[in-house]
Amino acid sequence: MSAVVEFRAASYRIGAREILKSLTLSVEAGETLVLLGRSGSGKTTALKMVNGLLFPSAGEVLVDGTATTAWEPVRLKRRIGYVIQEIGLFPHYTVAENVGVVPRLENWDAPRIRTRVDMLLRQVGLDPEQFAARYPAQLSGGQRQRVGVARALAADPSVLLFDEPFGAVDPVTRLDLQKQFLALRRDLGKTAIFVTHDVREALMLASRIALLRDGALELLATPRQFLDATGVEARAFLACLDWKVGQASGLSQDPQ
Amino acid sequence: MNPGLAAEIAQLTLEHLTLVLVSMAIAIAVAVPAGILITRCAAWRPWVLGFANVMQTIPSLALFGFLIPVPLIGGIGKRTAIVALVLYALLPILRNTMVGILGVDAAVRESAVAMGMTGRQLLWRVEMPLAARTILAGIRVATVTTIGTATIAAAIGGGGLGVFIFRGIASVDATQILAGAVPAACIALAADGALGLLERRWRQ
Repeated sequence: MSAVVEFRAASYRIGAREILKSLTLSVEAGETLVLLGRSGSGKTTALKMVNGLLFPSAGEVLVDGTATTAWEPVRLKRRIGYVIQEIGLFPHYTVAENVGVVPRLENWDAPRIRTRVDMLLRQVGLDPEQFAARYPAQLSGGQRQRVGVARALAADPSVLLFDEPFGAVDPVTRLDLQKQFLALRRDLGKTAIFVTHDVREALMLASRIALLRDGALELLATPRQFLDATGVEARAFLACLDWKVGQASGLSQDPQ
Repeated sequence: MNPGLAAEIAQLTLEHLTLVLVSMAIAIAVAVPAGILITRCAAWRPWVLGFANVMQTIPSLALFGFLIPVPLIGGIGKRTAIVALVLYALLPILRNTMVGILGVDAAVRESAVAMGMTGRQLLWRVEMPLAARTILAGIRVATVTTIGTATIAAAIGGGGLGVFIFRGIASVDATQILAGAVPAACIALAADGALGLLERRWRQ
C-alpha cells in the first residue's frame, strides 16, 4: 500500500491562533480515513489542505507524492472529489448538469458525459429517467446529497473528501446515505477522507480514525482499537455511545 | 393635431430613444464590469460605489450644467447629454451587479472552486447566471430613470422630447409640454414592462 495523501508536520495558523498543530498522517490507497473531533478541532482545516482550498503555514501536504503547493491548483482540485454538508449544488443546473460539471470542464464529449452521468446516478440510487432533468430545488435533502456524491465521483477522482456530508439530514436518511457510502466504497475502492463529529458514523465508516483535539492529533486507531482507547478525548467521544434508555429516568429518580 | 406637430413628435421621440439607448449601452458596458471588479477587489469598493453615489446625488439639471465647460466630454449638444445620462445610470447597475454576485450562496461558490473551476469559469458559469436577474433589475431601474432624465438633455442642446417641454414652459403652452411628457412617459412604461417581463422569464 502506498500513501495517496500525506501530511508532513502540516500546521495552519491565522494570526497567532494555531488551528492545526504539526499534523503528520498518511492516508493509504483505498482506505477511508475519518477525521473525528469536536467543533474547532481543526478537522475541516486539515481536509481543505488536501485539495488546496487552504495551504499549510508550515510543513506540507503531499497528494500522489507531490506537495499541494507544487500542483497546478485547478488540476489538483479536479483530481479530488469534494462533498460538503451544504452540498452546494448549482441551483441553475439540472441534476444531470450538476453531475457533469467536472467532465464538462475537462472537455469530455457529450455522449460520454451522458453515459457517465446516467451510470453515476444509478450508482447513488437515483433513477436517471426520473431525476436527470430535475433542478436541485425539486429534490429532498437526502436526494441532493446523493447528487452531491455523484458529482464528486464524476471525473473518477483518485481521492474523495467528505466534510460532514450527512450532518444536515434526518437520522433515517443519514443511515441510508451511510450504507450507500459503504456500498460505494466496496464497489469503487476509492481513497476517502471523511470529516465528522459523530463517533457512531466514524466507527461505522472508517478504516482508521484520526482523533483531533485542539488542532493536534490525539489518536490514530482502527475502529476496533478506538473502542478500547483510554485517552480522555477518546473516552469522551465513546461516552456518547453509552447512553441507554431508562438512564434519564434513573437520574431524575425521586428520593421518596 | 396638426401634421407638423405629429412629425416633430416622431422625430424627437426617435432622438430621445437614441439618447437613451446609447447612454444605456455605455452605462451597462461600464457598470457591469466595474461591478464585477469590486466583487474581486474589496478595497476598490468604497471608491467605485462612492463615485457612482455622488454622481447620483447631483441634481440632474446641475450635472448637465457642470459638464458644459468640461473639455472633451463637455460642451453643448448630444455628447454632453450622453455623458451625463451615463453617469446617472451607473449606480443602480453597479450596485445590483455587486449585490447579485456577492449574493451567490457561499457553499455554491466553494464547491465551484473545489471542483477546479478557474476564476473565469466561476464567474461565467456560476456567478453571472445566478446574478443575472438582479443585474437585469438594476438595468431596468436605470433605463426607466434615464428615459425621464433624458428630457433635461434639451436644456444643453441634446435634443429629444425635452425640447417640447422646455419650449412649452418658455411659452406657457400646455400642449407643447404634453407633447413631450406623454411620449416620454409611454416609452418609460413600455421599457419597464418589457424589461420586467424579461426579468421574470429569466430561469433562476
